[in-house]
Amino acid sequence: MIRTLFAKKLTVLALVLAAVLVAMAVFAPLLATTDPDRTDIGRKLEPPSLSEPLGTDHLGRSIYSRLVYGARASLGSVAVIVTAILVLSFVVGGASGYLGGTADAVIMRLCDVILTFPTFILALFLIGILGTGLTNVIIAIVMTHWAWYARMVRGMVLQLRNREHVLAAKVAGTPALLLGARHILPPVAAQMAVLASLDIGHMMLHVSGLSFLGLGVQPPTPEWGVMIGDARQFLRTAPQLMFFPGLMIFLSVMAANILGDALRDRLDPHLVSELDHGH
Amino acid sequence: MLSYILRRLAVLPVILLAVSLVIFAILRLAPGDPALSYLRLSQIPPTTENLAIARENLGLDKPLSDQYATWLAKAARLDFGRSYVTGRPVMDEILYYLPATLELAGASLLITLGLSVPMGVAAALRRDTALDHLTRAVAFAGVSIPNFWFGFLLVWLFSVELGWLPPLGRGGLSHLVMPAISLALMSLAVNTRLIRASMLETMHHRFILYARARGVSEGTVVWRHMFVNALIPILTATGMHVGELLGGAVVVESVFSWPGVGRYAVSSIYNRDFPVLQCFMLVMTVIFVVCNLAVDIAYAVADPRMRLGGQGGRA
Repeated sequence: MIRTLFAKKLTVLALVLAAVLVAMAVFAPLLATTDPDRTDIGRKLEPPSLSEPLGTDHLGRSIYSRLVYGARASLGSVAVIVTAILVLSFVVGGASGYLGGTADAVIMRLCDVILTFPTFILALFLIGILGTGLTNVIIAIVMTHWAWYARMVRGMVLQLRNREHVLAAKVAGTPALLLGARHILPPVAAQMAVLASLDIGHMMLHVSGLSFLGLGVQPPTPEWGVMIGDARQFLRTAPQLMFFPGLMIFLSVMAANILGDALRDRLDPHLVSELDHGH
Repeated sequence: MLSYILRRLAVLPVILLAVSLVIFAILRLAPGDPALSYLRLSQIPPTTENLAIARENLGLDKPLSDQYATWLAKAARLDFGRSYVTGRPVMDEILYYLPATLELAGASLLITLGLSVPMGVAAALRRDTALDHLTRAVAFAGVSIPNFWFGFLLVWLFSVELGWLPPLGRGGLSHLVMPAISLALMSLAVNTRLIRASMLETMHHRFILYARARGVSEGTVVWRHMFVNALIPILTATGMHVGELLGGAVVVESVFSWPGVGRYAVSSIYNRDFPVLQCFMLVMTVIFVVCNLAVDIAYAVADPRMRLGGQGGRA
């Protein structure tokens, strides 16, 4: 009882946190006090003050404003990544499960091969070949993650295809497309949403890590990982430069993880925990 | 048992062939003319004549299947060409930087296994106590903290403020501590949660009750009966963690200026030094694949049921 109550409180807290972060990204121009890219060398490396609540960086830019705008790159890129992965895995995994036969075998072997690689290293390799930048980071992460999801979708489609209510609808003469849209898609979509939400935190860490390395978001665009990378040379003189962006990543990832867990417990915990095993 | 191991080993060449095909295919995705970038990096003026020579030297005038065959034949002899930047054979360069990375990843794996087992087991045995809550909170924070940020926090605290540990570079144990902990954090947290969960799961099996009823000592019940049965998912996860650690090392090496292969690979991305990059990719993948194969075999040793199906988890 106390445990569930605590878990609920934690979920509500995470929900509020997530809402605040999304609002930050959406309303960044309203919330920021100054232009995040405006430099003012005369005011560089200022400690937190009344006019600059979190201080200024080495170019005199407002840390607070950069953090607010940074939410856009971090949350936006993950939103794009998750959407792309879900669409791709639905199409490919669905086709694989629906068509069966040679097409299924070919698609699944392709997935097996992709899953043979260490994910982050394969993403790194793709970025190395395609070139740096946020777009290529997004492409690389989608390309390295979709296979696992496609395999999940296929497994669910195969499972659902032989359920009685689906067979009954089929016998009743429901056209294939309608059958898919009404009986296969909704349950698969619900499960996939849970799996994706459990992965969001991980993807945020990947994106910020790649940006920290200088491979993702390019300066001067404000992004939390890049801000930590910029702050490293001032670790001795101005450690606060590094504290705040890291805290933002930490809080976002934690909120995503708590919400992912809560969603999993809420929606058919059995199936998902089974599928999630070893992920 | 032996036949299972042989069967698994027989698949290895097939996997490696598939891996090589993917790497070759991705290499061909590179935008722009490889001959042109080769000339630019070698600082040779890109005249039409030089381009033609470069194309012929790099084998770019032949059909793709021939190019793949040539590339594969060279790869089999561990010849991945020369770095565009240093002009030295890339395999030599990778092997020069590799030990530092293996040292770092190995230390992190030791930390992961060494700490997650006692933490996970203790949390499961003392469920819902303060110890359990603390362990879970630490594990939860661990999966959410970016490893590079955690690394900087450690440097700030232990090098800048306290002056206890060197902030960067490779040397003795004092150099290794902070990078290894930063890198281990994620897999340590994941493993602790996993061990706790699978211990709790086996705890309620009948054979545990039966063992207790027979008067088997509590230590034997916990380690011989519960832990050995909880080991299966931990083994699978360990195989995955090798991949996480190799990938994470790229980021952590950059934080601590650790002279490993990951930092070298990142610099090769800036320089668009493709031979280095492909060799790095292949070496890392081979290490990962071999580790997972070892895990699969360990799996079969630990659980006789697995020998028949031979199904692994997510690689």
